[in-house]
Amino acid sequence: MMPPRLRLMGIRKSFGATLALRGVSLEVAPGEVHALVGENGAGKSTLMNILSGALPADAGTLELDGAPYAPRDTLDARHRGVAMIHQELSLAPHLSAWENIMLGAEPSRGGWLRRREAKALARAALERLGHGHLDLERAAGKFPIAEQQIIEIARALRTEPRVLVMDEPTSSLAQADTERLFTVIRQLRDRGVSVIYISHFLEEVERLADRYTVLKDGQSVGTGLMAGTAPAQLVRLMVGREVTELYPARTARPGATVLEVRNLAAGRRLTGADLTLAAGEILGVAGLIGAGRTELVRAVFGLEASDRGVVRLEGRELSRREPGASWRAGLGFLSENRKEEGLMLPLSVAENTVLTKLGRFGRLGWLRRREIDAAGAAWIGRLGIKASGPGQPVGQLSGGNQQKVALARLLEHPARIFLLDEPTRGIDVGSKAQIYELIAGLAREGRAVVLVSSYLPELFGMCDRIAVMRRGELVECRARADWTEPSLMAAAIGAAA
Amino acid sequence: MNTKNLLAKLGPFLGLLLVIGLFSISTEVRGYFLTYPNFKIILTQTVIVAIGALGMTLIIIAGGIDLSVGSAIAFTSVVGALLIQRGWSAAAVVLAVVVAGGGIGLLNGVAIAGLRMTPFIITLGTLGVVRGSSKWLANNETVNYDASPINSWMTTADPFGWSLPTGAWVALVAAIGTAVMLRQTVFGRHIFAIGSNEATARLCGVPTVRTKILIYALAGAFFGLAGLMQLSRLRQGDPTVAVGLELDIIAAVIIGGASLSGGVGTVLGSMIGALIMAVLRNGSQQMGWPTYFQEIIIGVVIIAAVFLDRLRQSKGA
Repeated sequence: MMPPRLRLMGIRKSFGATLALRGVSLEVAPGEVHALVGENGAGKSTLMNILSGALPADAGTLELDGAPYAPRDTLDARHRGVAMIHQELSLAPHLSAWENIMLGAEPSRGGWLRRREAKALARAALERLGHGHLDLERAAGKFPIAEQQIIEIARALRTEPRVLVMDEPTSSLAQADTERLFTVIRQLRDRGVSVIYISHFLEEVERLADRYTVLKDGQSVGTGLMAGTAPAQLVRLMVGREVTELYPARTARPGATVLEVRNLAAGRRLTGADLTLAAGEILGVAGLIGAGRTELVRAVFGLEASDRGVVRLEGRELSRREPGASWRAGLGFLSENRKEEGLMLPLSVAENTVLTKLGRFGRLGWLRRREIDAAGAAWIGRLGIKASGPGQPVGQLSGGNQQKVALARLLEHPARIFLLDEPTRGIDVGSKAQIYELIAGLAREGRAVVLVSSYLPELFGMCDRIAVMRRGELVECRARADWTEPSLMAAAIGAAA
Repeated sequence: MNTKNLLAKLGPFLGLLLVIGLFSISTEVRGYFLTYPNFKIILTQTVIVAIGALGMTLIIIAGGIDLSVGSAIAFTSVVGALLIQRGWSAAAVVLAVVVAGGGIGLLNGVAIAGLRMTPFIITLGTLGVVRGSSKWLANNETVNYDASPINSWMTTADPFGWSLPTGAWVALVAAIGTAVMLRQTVFGRHIFAIGSNEATARLCGVPTVRTKILIYALAGAFFGLAGLMQLSRLRQGDPTVAVGLELDIIAAVIIGGASLSGGVGTVLGSMIGALIMAVLRNGSQQMGWPTYFQEIIIGVVIIAAVFLDRLRQSKGA
């Protein structure tokens, strides 16, 4: 029998006193898509770093096609046939597409670049992915995200990898682009490439993967064929408990209209949107990437200058739309970009929590730190934030806990209307469930929520009504029960349902 | 798309034509200003900043900065003067001065890439260290020597003829060489890659540490060459010369369209940037404007250039 493409046995790794991996085993066959799932902190990234050569293992054996495999660094791993596509795209934005694809392996003679040969190789790599039409000379940063990802995959394929590791590749893709990516992944699989696919989206895993391995607390706790395995079963393995319902059961009792948006337009990405939002209501906003969902909530909040349109808050027109005025009026905004915009990573949990109302923690301009820390500590307790204390820098927390801190800011303020842009992006299942519960709790208390999401099950699980945006316009808004996933996708794409 | 690209490429060039046009409005000044001998003077006055800007272009494209240029120019001019005093031949002096500049750059590069420290801080430190060392080396006074063929590099025997001084030719050849290197060699493309996204470059197997050290060393060699031109212009080694010149050099590169956040920049742009500054200085003198007025104008031009660049980029996005 042929040896497996990749075999890991008893992999252990510790950082100081923390045991990150305590015996992980994993077998991946040639030409297989193998899903690796687990909560954040389960050890997935450590394992991937060992695989891709960024970290050495403390103990255990790694074999690639039956031969011992111990890469010195990421470059060595690539040469030996293991390539990785990271969650955050890593292109050089100013360099052209072909330069990115060939970076680090430029064909040359005596230091002189062989431009024509390099371009031909890049073109060939793109053609194999069915994207030979991309403009090779265009700067990589000017491509849409989905095409940037294709460029990155083309770069990984250049070295003819035997194993391709993909970490959350769809986290910033819209549905249609996800489908195209899946087609590419299936093609790679059919050519004999083994794909290790890490994702929080279990529906994706179910559709794409041949087999799965579940990691929990640094150990592999289950592995098997994907066919015949229900997502609920995976979730149970991941969290070690039965999660019957990820989404809290709730009955909508919408009250008076609290937010009214009329004919709002801002730049090219938002050409016209009308919506109303009632107290106690959760309104979902769906659409493809670039459809204007983010621009809509940003324009309402005043982060984007609007060209025209009216925003009324509890019947009163919001005349000056800028973030400070919006906070004072009772609007709260959660950015989709947690690390760059949502939080100040070097500042403490407490400081991040009270950022919008620092003035109230001061006396004659002097801050009262003890009260700030007390406010932070209160939210750590109430939201179950895993932090060493209110003074810990937010950057040291896991993604899910960072997001809870970002939400705590809106609660602390306190906001009455919550504009949440992708609140569960890139966080683990356990934290997701807690954030859903939190959002449902807001609605129960009579606060109103606008939930922008690329993840349809989330919209269907949480929202009372779902609005669909397409090419800068809010095209349709219906009660949740009047949508199906296909009809909603059709509205987002612009096809007849 | 193509017209926009063309406009982006021509931007600095149009700026140069604009400042030349500006000084040609007054008929009185035009008579002196728009003459070949005057342009020869302008070219000669550009040489030091232009050669410095070549090195700085490499560094800025790679996402770095070097504040120690002025000090390096003073240091290498002192080294050159001392060696001439000791009777070294011109060729040996040129080589030694370029190596001395490269050595300073190498130290900067090793500290920045090897010790992973911020270029701004490191070169702020070496700015002081190298300036102090030049004064020490020169016994805190100018270093004089009898004569050297190098003295003639920044002047022409025939101020009204067509011939350009040696220094201008050196700058031109160095500029062409740098432009070709940036475009046609793997090393050159790696400079862009590091400035655009260093983490990715490392991931893809670009030897980032070695490349960065090499960038600073090569730039240092250019600064040594600029020091040689400084020596030739003053005909003595002066440890107090070129204070603040790093800012002129950085400004030339920025006016030429490079981005301080890295990944963007061209040799042609930087050369035109250096020319714009020299034309402004020269023109202001012809107009009889006081030097403080020139400083204000150059400051405004830097801000305007970057602002226009941003406008262009946001429209292109």
